[in-house]
Amino acid sequence: MHSDPESIRKHTKMYWMIGGALFVFTVVTVAVNQVHLAIPLAITVALIIAALKGSMVASIFMHLSAEKRWIYGALLLTLAFFIVLMSVPLFTTLDNIGTPTVSPHQSHAEPARH
Amino acid sequence: MNIPYTVEERPDTGLANGKLGIWLFLASEVMLFGALFSTYIILRVGAVEWPHGELNVWLGMANTFILIGSSVTMVMAWASLKMHDWGKHRLYLILTFVLAGVFLVNKYFEYSSHWSAGELPSKSTFLAIYFTLTGLHGLHIVGGMIVMAYFIGPGAKLWRANPDQFANRIEYTGLYWHFVDLVWIFLFPVLYLL
Repeated sequence: MHSDPESIRKHTKMYWMIGGALFVFTVVTVAVNQVHLAIPLAITVALIIAALKGSMVASIFMHLSAEKRWIYGALLLTLAFFIVLMSVPLFTTLDNIGTPTVSPHQSHAEPARH
Repeated sequence: MNIPYTVEERPDTGLANGKLGIWLFLASEVMLFGALFSTYIILRVGAVEWPHGELNVWLGMANTFILIGSSVTMVMAWASLKMHDWGKHRLYLILTFVLAGVFLVNKYFEYSSHWSAGELPSKSTFLAIYFTLTGLHGLHIVGGMIVMAYFIGPGAKLWRANPDQFANRIEYTGLYWHFVDLVWIFLFPVLYLL
């Protein structure tokens, strides 16, 4: 990251522009929501815009676009654990242990034995 | 006793200790909020039905604008220091503090309208996760305000004694503040819109 006064002076205009872009993307997020898209599409669009906004904050305001490798290393490790954490709900829905494999239709077809 | 590497970079990491420290702290914060987001997904996927339109989108949107604005003023507070403009630094840091306060006032009105309508965390799973996520985020706002108040008040003396160290401290405060903004950028669509 550049920290001499002259290069920072050049960056200040970009900070305001990024702020403006974040405002516009927020309006777009709400506008898309007012259209009432199908839920999977609405979730996808909202999260893509949020990810775009988040990456702008991280790369420009937090200066991640020009950081040292130790910080990238720490964040890559965090990303790996974060992916595991976000996969937990997926594992939960895929987990069939303890649930009957017979469908409700089949169970109605077979009379109960006494 | 002098604490080493507060301004100069360590030869092994190429970073001042405070910088690596704040990023490691933010990494732990990612996992904290990540766990709650993961919980939200589990609860939402498992729910038979999920309430929609219970929150005031316009108030949430206003708070998004406020936090984005505060992120811009925070980065400008740091940039002004680097450009040796103390007056502008003070202006931008105080503006960031005020915007954070406005965010909390909005949140107070939002919370009180829910409470007066009997919409407590015990009423539904959605309200429970809403109050947990926004409450924890609100606590982070308060934490950031305490740090900013310190640098507006007694902590500002460091600028005269060691301007580089002071600029670094403002940079670390900024990193934390942008992270708080980043979390809200995801909270807003997830809770208010979807």
